Amino acid sequence: MQVTMTVNGNEVTEDIEPRLLLVHFVRDVLGLTGTHWGCDTSNCGACVLWLDDVPVKSCTTLAVMASGRSVRTVEDLAQGGVLDPVQEGFMQEHGLQCGFCTPGMLMTARWLLDHDADPDENTIREAIAGNVCRCTGYENIVRSIRWAAAHADGAEQQAAPATDEVTA
Amino acid sequence: MTTTDTPGTTADVPRARTAEAAGAPEAPLSAAGNPIGFGRMLRKEDARFLRGQGKYVDDVQLPGMLHGAVLRSPHAHARIVSIDTSAAEAHPKVRAVITGAVLETLNLAWMPTLSGDVQSVLCTDKVRFQGQEVAFVVADDHYSARDALELIDVEYAPLPAVVDARKALDPDAPLIRDDLEGRTDNKIYDWEAGDAAACDDVFSRADVVVTQDMVYPRVHPAPMETCGSVAHMDPVSGKLTIWTTTQAPHAHRTLYAIVAGLPEHKIQVISPDIGGGFGNKVGIYPGYVCSIVGSILTGKPVKWVEDRSENLMSTSFARDYHMHGEIAATREGKILGLRVNVLADHGAFNGVAQPTKYPAGFFHIFTGSYDYAAAHCNVTAVYSNKAPGGVAYACSFRITEAVYLVERMVDCLADELSMDPAALRMQNLLQPEQFPYTTPTGWEYDSGNYPAALTEAMRIAGYDELRAEQAALRADPDSTSMMGIGLSFFTEGVGAGPRKHMDILGLGMADGCDLRVHPTGKAVLRLSVQSQGQGHETTFAQIVAQELGIPPEDIEVVHGDTDNTPFGLGTYGSRSTPVSGAAAAVAARRVKDKSRIIAAASLECSPDDLEWDHGRWHVKGDPNQAKTIAEIAMLAHGTLELPDGMEGHLDAQVVYDPPELTYPFGAYISVVDVDKGTGAVKVRRFIAVDDCGPRINPMIVEGQVHGGLADGIGMALMEVIAFEEDGNNVGGSFLNYLLPTSMECPSYELGQTVTPSPHHPLGVKGVGESATVGSPAAIVNAVLDALQIRHADMPLTPAAVWRAQQGNPIRTDLAIV
Repeated sequence: MQVTMTVNGNEVTEDIEPRLLLVHFVRDVLGLTGTHWGCDTSNCGACVLWLDDVPVKSCTTLAVMASGRSVRTVEDLAQGGVLDPVQEGFMQEHGLQCGFCTPGMLMTARWLLDHDADPDENTIREAIAGNVCRCTGYENIVRSIRWAAAHADGAEQQAAPATDEVTA
Repeated sequence: MTTTDTPGTTADVPRARTAEAAGAPEAPLSAAGNPIGFGRMLRKEDARFLRGQGKYVDDVQLPGMLHGAVLRSPHAHARIVSIDTSAAEAHPKVRAVITGAVLETLNLAWMPTLSGDVQSVLCTDKVRFQGQEVAFVVADDHYSARDALELIDVEYAPLPAVVDARKALDPDAPLIRDDLEGRTDNKIYDWEAGDAAACDDVFSRADVVVTQDMVYPRVHPAPMETCGSVAHMDPVSGKLTIWTTTQAPHAHRTLYAIVAGLPEHKIQVISPDIGGGFGNKVGIYPGYVCSIVGSILTGKPVKWVEDRSENLMSTSFARDYHMHGEIAATREGKILGLRVNVLADHGAFNGVAQPTKYPAGFFHIFTGSYDYAAAHCNVTAVYSNKAPGGVAYACSFRITEAVYLVERMVDCLADELSMDPAALRMQNLLQPEQFPYTTPTGWEYDSGNYPAALTEAMRIAGYDELRAEQAALRADPDSTSMMGIGLSFFTEGVGAGPRKHMDILGLGMADGCDLRVHPTGKAVLRLSVQSQGQGHETTFAQIVAQELGIPPEDIEVVHGDTDNTPFGLGTYGSRSTPVSGAAAAVAARRVKDKSRIIAAASLECSPDDLEWDHGRWHVKGDPNQAKTIAEIAMLAHGTLELPDGMEGHLDAQVVYDPPELTYPFGAYISVVDVDKGTGAVKVRRFIAVDDCGPRINPMIVEGQVHGGLADGIGMALMEVIAFEEDGNNVGGSFLNYLLPTSMECPSYELGQTVTPSPHHPLGVKGVGESATVGSPAAIVNAVLDALQIRHADMPLTPAAVWRAQQGNPIRTDLAIV
């Protein structure tokens, strides 16, 4: 069946099987391999992307459920070659090791900071509780998100025009 | 720091230093702001991961690529009566259906394991664990391949299963490995180490003997990325290229050559970005072999990527050790002896990946961090109807099990003697002057100052204040929680290993390294080891930067591709820095030695008249008469007349054979709160003092420790691969194999002491598995301290805590989570 949706600001139309999962749609059909397939059961969060500005686990979402809606993946975070503050934070605070959980973590973190510009440690831990990381023990991920919160202004000024474009 | 390329021993016995007193001069900064040497440096590899541009195996897309899927057994033990693949073959999108019968025609139905056993690739006789590989379908797309699995009709005749190691040697236990000629029971080996008679003597005259049974349950490394491969056999050139989730690409290439009879020079193994390994990606799995066979049969590239359940149910598990410990001591708390009996469950095939001639691997180092008059251990290993494996999950070839045992036994002894567990440890730790120390089973610890590490951990914890707080809480009848303080002290053994002692299937554990400085002074370092998240592209550039003064951003680290890197055994057992880190340092020193001669030729002086200063050679007493390493690189590639016998270019190749293991160590303290009403355990604090020698990149070292501490929380409190009596795996998804999240993990408190290894060129010891080895015992000890109970088995879920409080601490039914 045919689906049309907006992915990272671009309208895409594809002919797909109704059973195709959203994670496989963005990875295998669109070639956006930043979103990862980790567990099939909504537990690990490696597949988190945004559906209409809300983080969802794309391993348990059908691609057809995104029809007519807007999808945002990790590939859309950096704008105009400028990293989003959460990306910069993960680099500054060593919030990633193998990198496999990172895209899902980043999408969850970006959503959190959009709704709470200055989250405390507990708020951050609750927000990322649906994203499993086997490498970092979470400590540096919490620090990374705190870094992003503390550096939102400077980074936003740099990235502001491109970010507005995406959310408009 | 010596510049010799022969690892030697330093004249002075290394002494521990605290972080503040470590005193290493800070490395100068490059134009990009990075340390030209050791120090905190942001990771070079992050740039691609942050943008979703990492390239993992499942991201590989090739023209015409087909997709494979594995049919797995629903039974733990069953004879295969028949397999009908006709309906699957008739599926319009199916290109091949492979069974064991097909593989038999290629002599590939069975493959050797890393422990001298054989393992079924696709089953030909009977399945021996739930999830075992039975057939492989190749189709146009992943979904169609899965559809076709449903069309394969397998008739099974179920057999009684053995899933509890304690029943595997019963006379009426079903024989699992009837494929092995002459085998009449399920025993794999009996092995012992130490001096049994001396131990008996020590125990017979000890004031106190404490015994304890304990289980280190079966757990799983569960890296976020599952295992997979993309195989492409080019039908014209005959070259096989396989992108695969491997921690040891060169070893895999050689094994494919040996097992499949493929010419080794026509095999290229590419290990691209790897989404976590933890030992799960050391061995060769049937799916890899099937993707190769699928590509040979179809002439197309074939991708196979397992799903999470396949990963948890069929790939290498960890632990599954049933241990009986006995510790002997004087009434005053002087430890005298340690005696251990282990029943090791290896699953259906003995697929243990470990490099020693000792079948239980580094469990051999079971005496830990204390001095003894005598020690002895016996390990009996058995087959069971469970997945094969055993050495994985950052276990350091089974030091994890050994450290857990001895650190539990010491706490049991403290309980028996009514002594503080910290005081008992301090009384019995090896002393600095005892190094190098030879253990009762013959392992030589290179260096250490154990009391300093424990003192530092107790200082950070505020140990006395914690005990006072605990006493006050215990005295309060209205308190709703119980507070526990747990310690562990571990000695790791990493950097496998000396070729004279260690190999995997005859491949010695030396690792190659190739350093090439280009004419403009930029360098490429090619390594045999492979990163699964450890940050090799940064750390190894820093090693070369430290030695040659080249900015780390000007050093490209190449790894994970057998066509473009020298041979070596790969990354596991925390061996990258101890082995390949040494190789990189030695290669850089050879380049430096050569650069000195070239600089001397250019400056028309003797090499002896030159002095090294941060990336340049200058004439002694005249800093203006100098050549930088970049200038020397150009001269080496140019027309300068070189000294007799010296070839042009500026490069070095090294094969590093570590003279011995390195022995990192650490002191850990955890503080937990146990809810009196629910039995739920909350880790309030975790203090980890690690001594891994000098830290190349402290940020990365701390990240490695953090991850291992989370592993420890997972194993101590949550993780278990449990089975029902019929062999049904009840840990086969993340719905019931519970991993620690951000909510279970505290903010860690790290400390360090620095005791260099005397035989490593950089003094560094390795750190990758330290925290996974050391942390579980600290958490279990803390929970039991809270409960004031001698012992209870992991994982200490609320239900397990409740059972322990009811007087049932030992895990008798492994299906109970």
